[in-house]
Amino acid sequence: MSAGPAAVPAPAISRRFPPVAELTTASLALVVVGGVLMASYAPRRPPLGVPAALAVGGAVLLLASGYLLTRVRPFAWDRFLLVFRWALLAYVISAGMIGFAFVKDHIRGAPLALVLVMLVIYALDVPLVIAFTVARYSSPASHAGP
Amino acid sequence: MTDVGNVQAGAVSTAQVAARPTIQVVPLKGLPIVAAVVVFVIAAIAGNWLWALTFCHVAGGALWTAIDLFVGLIVGPILGRLSLPARAEFTARFMPKMVLLMPTLVLMTLAAGFQLALKLGNLSPASPNHSWLVVSYCVVGVMAVIALGVLEPANIAVLFEMRKPEPDGAVIATLMRRFVLTAGITGVMQVATLIIMTRVATQ
Repeated sequence: MSAGPAAVPAPAISRRFPPVAELTTASLALVVVGGVLMASYAPRRPPLGVPAALAVGGAVLLLASGYLLTRVRPFAWDRFLLVFRWALLAYVISAGMIGFAFVKDHIRGAPLALVLVMLVIYALDVPLVIAFTVARYSSPASHAGP
Repeated sequence: MTDVGNVQAGAVSTAQVAARPTIQVVPLKGLPIVAAVVVFVIAAIAGNWLWALTFCHVAGGALWTAIDLFVGLIVGPILGRLSLPARAEFTARFMPKMVLLMPTLVLMTLAAGFQLALKLGNLSPASPNHSWLVVSYCVVGVMAVIALGVLEPANIAVLFEMRKPEPDGAVIATLMRRFVLTAGITGVMQVATLIIMTRVATQ
């Protein structure tokens, strides 16, 4: 078991990470813009081209962020997963409430499907950025991966 | 939260530890209140009750706007000038309440507001309020990205840092700077919301 200076981890504040938070926040921004575009047409049926493109962009950024996150070593995965699952519960409830309002307002078909896709991205983005921000300043546990 | 027990936080000396406040990242006693508010908002939307929707939107929006302005423009600058122990103690007591309070107020205001606008016909393109509402979506959209992508993660990360036996002062200072800056930005943007909403209410 090494106890030399090389084993001392870098201070949390100075450690560099891939742009997980930035990509996830950009993903969130894209779905928010898409949501604003769709809401601006309510109660009419909105054109879906631009919102769909924004949702796809949001999904791609979320996936890229998740991919970069899985490559971070070492990382406080236990802390990340603890925060992620509780934040996910909170934001699934939040997204569910927004989705309920759309269903209640008789949004149907492709617009509803697109809204639900955006809500799924939203419900994953926010817990991811919260959990990453907490975990990046936490000490990694003994295991190296999720 | 199962792992959100009471943990000592703040400075590190033994004497100070004894005096430090305990921290719950999510105040469990507040969860029933949040649940009650969420159920009330869902019932208001499901029933399309004008009074309940107006209450949720006006009361939630007033609290959201006032708290944002107060924290961003009054509390934030004061906090920045406090001594480190005072700042740590204030943060330990203040931030957990914000974790529950602000998302609940935002959800209550926006969900009820959209339904209210739909019910009152303000979403119709023929309504004189339509363009103002679209502007308000944009303002709220920017605030949402700042609050959800930057402010809230910083808030929660500060609390986790303060729960450690030896909190890193540099991490807390960095995250608190981020919190105060973003609270200030959303506070200023709330002025735009006030202008828009008073226009909508008087046209």
